[in-house]
Amino acid sequence: MVAYDSSDRSKDKTDQKTLRRLAQNREAARKSRLRKKAYVQQLESSRLKLTQLEQELQRARQQGIFISSSGDQAHSAGGNGAMTFDVEYARWLEEQNRQINELRSAVTAHAGDGELRIIVDGIMAHYDEIFRLKSNAAKNDVFHLLSGMWKTPAERCFMWLGGFRPSELLKLLVNQLEPLTEQQLTGIGNLQQSSQQAEDALSQGMEALQQSLAETLCSGSLGSSGSSGNVANYMGQMAMAMGKLGTLDGFIRQADNLRQQTLQQMNRLLTTRQSARALLAIHDYFSRLRALSSLWLARPRE
Amino acid sequence: MDRVKDLASAKAAVIFTKSSCCMCHSIKSLFYELGASPAIHELDREVSGREMEWALRGLGCNPSVPAVFIGGRFIGSAKDVISYHVDGSLKQMLIDARAIWF
Repeated sequence: MVAYDSSDRSKDKTDQKTLRRLAQNREAARKSRLRKKAYVQQLESSRLKLTQLEQELQRARQQGIFISSSGDQAHSAGGNGAMTFDVEYARWLEEQNRQINELRSAVTAHAGDGELRIIVDGIMAHYDEIFRLKSNAAKNDVFHLLSGMWKTPAERCFMWLGGFRPSELLKLLVNQLEPLTEQQLTGIGNLQQSSQQAEDALSQGMEALQQSLAETLCSGSLGSSGSSGNVANYMGQMAMAMGKLGTLDGFIRQADNLRQQTLQQMNRLLTTRQSARALLAIHDYFSRLRALSSLWLARPRE
Repeated sequence: MDRVKDLASAKAAVIFTKSSCCMCHSIKSLFYELGASPAIHELDREVSGREMEWALRGLGCNPSVPAVFIGGRFIGSAKDVISYHVDGSLKQMLIDARAIWF
């Protein structure tokens, strides 16, 4: 017979306490797991919703709708710089629409040359503004500009070096500007040829850059003795490639310079009234491209 | 600076470049397209390349390459060349310096 004394009883109590504690722990752990599961499920569905919203935002932006964005700038592709430029560009477009409407009203109302001149000069100055904005943006994120994601899809399709092709624009205008004097015809013809030649030159430089970059990234990855040689090689290659990428913004800048100079020369060659018609025609063309993009994005699909 | 001046006056059209500069490639292409045969001097292949680059910067050439001279006169960098080409004065400068004939 085992003696049952106080120490046994207290040991019993201790065991019961321990058992109760263990049971409570298990229960707490179970509840904690359930809470965590619920929390993770909530996170997952929020993440899905966020992705959907981002896609809608992207689609809306592509359609040329101005979306004001507050906070969360880190989420846009390319980060802060890209978002800022997109916002600036949207504002620029709004202002251009306003100025063009003003010009259209003036032309329709048969306004005098003096009044037209003021509005035309304003629009030309406004074009200077977008080239300035693009130049700044090129320093921060040249790839965003080159991608054309800040334009609508149809505009993007016909893009050259981050913007419109000046020679193409002139081709569109020539028929709409008649009657032109002999001198004007010669001037416009020369301008078309010059812009085409400059475009070709810049395109060739870009091709040379691409080729040079490709060569840098392909060269001598094999055959070095030892891994330290390979690492040094790799880093050297990357450094060189980085240097070459750094020259990209120079090309965008010169392409924009060409666009700006072409517009200004065109303005010089034409009378005030002709310049007004030209600016309206240019705006209408891009407006229609943007509208086309919207229609395309909204088209019914199977 | 002397070397730059000497080379710049030696031919009707002179372009200072660097072998790795792709914008220089563009400007060279433009000159060839116009029928000019510019003298090309690559600064990274010149013994006094660094001094020459410094001299070009001193003339106001930014970036230092490509640096274009016509008839011994400093015209500018890529931006200037494109601007002059668009308004028709580049061709005239080349004709005046007898780098091209039409």
